[in-house]
Amino acid sequence: MPTIKNLDDLKRIREEALEKRKLKTASGNVQVVVGMGTCGIAAGARETMKAILDTIEKENLSGITVTQTGCIGLCEREPIVMVTVGEEPKVTYGKVTPEVARRILKDHVGAGKIVEDHKIAM
Amino acid sequence: MRELSLHLLDIAENSVNAKAGNVEILVSEDTRTDRLRMTIQDDGEGMDAETVARVTDPFVTSRTTRKVGLGLPFLKMAAESCNGYLTVQSQKGVGTRVEVEFQLSHIDRMPLGDLTGTILSLVIGFPQVHWTFTYRGNDHEFIFDDRLIKAELDGVSLCEPEVLKYLRETISTGIQACQPVNHTSDLSS
Repeated sequence: MPTIKNLDDLKRIREEALEKRKLKTASGNVQVVVGMGTCGIAAGARETMKAILDTIEKENLSGITVTQTGCIGLCEREPIVMVTVGEEPKVTYGKVTPEVARRILKDHVGAGKIVEDHKIAM
Repeated sequence: MRELSLHLLDIAENSVNAKAGNVEILVSEDTRTDRLRMTIQDDGEGMDAETVARVTDPFVTSRTTRKVGLGLPFLKMAAESCNGYLTVQSQKGVGTRVEVEFQLSHIDRMPLGDLTGTILSLVIGFPQVHWTFTYRGNDHEFIFDDRLIKAELDGVSLCEPEVLKYLRETISTGIQACQPVNHTSDLSS
């Protein structure tokens, strides 16, 4: 299997991640879901996803789970991103460009301030 | 959609929606035969013969949120305009295999685009699925099997910053190392 360059790298990453998890206080988990149906992808959802992952990597943000979902029937407002912070109710955002995605991570996930101008009333 | 890798992301999404546990993706660029091929094979629910026959019709979709499905018809049209084809083989309860081929050098062929971004999106976005990705450039092959990585991580999220960095670098350097030298594609990391 030529797939993994160095398994020791991963072992080290895992141990560091577990260590960090222990240190983390009860700030709660963050769930980020990106809509990736045909409509979402055509509207640029992969670049939105990429911006989210890049920001997590560059800003070293731990404890955020990013997943995908298919079309939720709001094709005209794609790319759509849904954010749930801890026990708070889910917030759905529309027209989430990479720029908006970075704002959501900074303001909503980072500071608890909902990005009102892109929020969709569900 | 302007990139083949975006179509790939879209078609692979169908596999997830069909409740596949294992999805195998192959992307192959061969400068000697001048062909670019992508296959997506899953062990999802599959379709009966009648549905398979109609699946490239834009007005057929299994989704209930809207009535048209444009993913496969779009890609089929793109392939056929580049001396290529798209085939769908499926069996109820066994799975589905989509194969699409293009003339590599055809002037109308879309660029592959950000293949790393597509694979990363799938692996991160659907962690419950076992993803195998193979990139082949002429005789060079890169295989990415996320089962090994998930086993090693043992429950640590794929979205941890260091894990993301590791995945992104592994996939992008793996692809780059196998790309045919006399063919300038535009894979970005």
